[in-house]
Amino acid sequence: MIFNFSRRLLLSIFAIAVIIPTSIVVLGTFKSDFEIYSKPLALPKSFSFNNLKALFDTGNISTPFKNSVIVSIGSVFFTLLFATLAAYAISRMFNITGKVLFFLFSLGLAIPGQVNIVPIYTLFVKLHLTNSLIGLILVNIALNLPLSIFILTAFLKDLPKEMFEVASIDGAGHWRVYRSIALPLARPAVGATAIFLFVICWNDLLYPLMLINEQSKKTLPLTLIDFRGEFATSYSMLFTAIMVASVPMVVMYLFMQKQFQSGLTAGAVKG
Amino acid sequence: MSLPALLIYSFLYLYPSIQNLLYSFTRWDGVTKPQYIGFRNFTYMLSNDVLFRKILGNNIKFTLFVVIFQTAFSLIFAIFLAKNSKGNIFFRTLFFFPTILSSVSVGLMWTFLYNPNYGFLNAAFKAIGLDNLAVNWLGDSRYSLLAVAITQVWFHTGQMVVIYVAGLQQIPQELYEAAEVDGATRWQQFKSVTWPMALPTTAVVVAYTTIQSFRAFDLIYSMTQGGPLNSSDLLVTNIFNLAFVGYKFGYAAAQTIFLVIMILLITWLQRRTLKIDYGVKS
Repeated sequence: MIFNFSRRLLLSIFAIAVIIPTSIVVLGTFKSDFEIYSKPLALPKSFSFNNLKALFDTGNISTPFKNSVIVSIGSVFFTLLFATLAAYAISRMFNITGKVLFFLFSLGLAIPGQVNIVPIYTLFVKLHLTNSLIGLILVNIALNLPLSIFILTAFLKDLPKEMFEVASIDGAGHWRVYRSIALPLARPAVGATAIFLFVICWNDLLYPLMLINEQSKKTLPLTLIDFRGEFATSYSMLFTAIMVASVPMVVMYLFMQKQFQSGLTAGAVKG
Repeated sequence: MSLPALLIYSFLYLYPSIQNLLYSFTRWDGVTKPQYIGFRNFTYMLSNDVLFRKILGNNIKFTLFVVIFQTAFSLIFAIFLAKNSKGNIFFRTLFFFPTILSSVSVGLMWTFLYNPNYGFLNAAFKAIGLDNLAVNWLGDSRYSLLAVAITQVWFHTGQMVVIYVAGLQQIPQELYEAAEVDGATRWQQFKSVTWPMALPTTAVVVAYTTIQSFRAFDLIYSMTQGGPLNSSDLLVTNIFNLAFVGYKFGYAAAQTIFLVIMILLITWLQRRTLKIDYGVKS
């Protein structure tokens, strides 16, 4: 009795705590500032897209959106490519080289990438990679390789060896085995890794904040931070910008809830 | 085949890490040549830097608050939601939702909720008669750290619920059945079955939450930028400011070394106290 009552109570409280802020933002995108301040939870007077239009006209959010898409897709693609190659190599090497490689990449799990802001910044200034989307992609790849390799290697090592051996006997080279056997078999792990990489890259603020100051190269989180200053009193614009920045993730989450949950927790559990 | 990964990783991860260690022994403004000063950054940091001590204190408070509440909430919710019924899956999906948002979106969203003049939170407190809870959450140095910590718990509890549910589902059902036959109450079942069996998961949750709380740069930056009066500054935000506002690159590097050692020490201690090597499990 008491258990069921407290269960319902606590679950409802947290559900409300999630739903209310989300609704305020979603409804706010259709409202004027005054409506947001006076009745944040009421339905908007009309579902007009004026805020959205104004945001694209004046706030210029389409460039950051495009930049975020380029950086995220580029980072995820190349991280996965390099990580699957390395993980395949490590999982097929039973000698000391494989162990050394694995150890090297594991070091990256112990050192959080955030601590390297000073040397990365100075290095990128030297290489003229500041204010460059390619620079951001490179940083993302380097920062996310260790965990990606760790997850993928663990997965590939768990697969039955015979599957690879049979292919080798049939005369398939390493490239062939990687492409036609390892990659297809590793699809669940690759998918999970892709999702957490995408979320990390799409949402990252620290490195863009440090490496980008040209307007035309800014990503969405960086633009949101600018908006906070610009529209200090205009939450309707800010909420609309938050919506634009969150919609791709939310839509993907709605369609792939399970994959998101396992992908975003894989990093935690394995790391 | 691991060559591309190895190249990028060595050049943009290992090499900077080593450089960072070297920088930590220098005084450097980022423009002129770094000047070797031995351990002076470290001795200053640990003995004379009052601000550093305050921020370290902030970070410890923040981490303790987040770890305690996030772990407790997520364990309770996971126990409620462990079975795969339709309703439970709905709640898990809903609770997990904030995790996919960016820290910046969450931070800005909560900045509105906390706003002292037209924010939702204070309006709600006043509406139910809790007027003395309607404080200036982010603008008052007494509450800013707590306010950000609450947001962090809101942000990541759902993620930990999912991890806990996976852990709880591994517990053999027979143990509960046996306990029930013995007439164990729910609390006794929790104490003698759920808690000990879920310890490995707790270790993962606690370790991950700790590391997350040391990395909360984005959230702090978008909510308070460490203010007011450094009351919500954490080590990461302070390091960023030292380097990119104060141009004290050498000193910032020294603080990152401190941060790494601290994180390694804490995770090692947690593994030892919870006595699990969770590298094997997953």
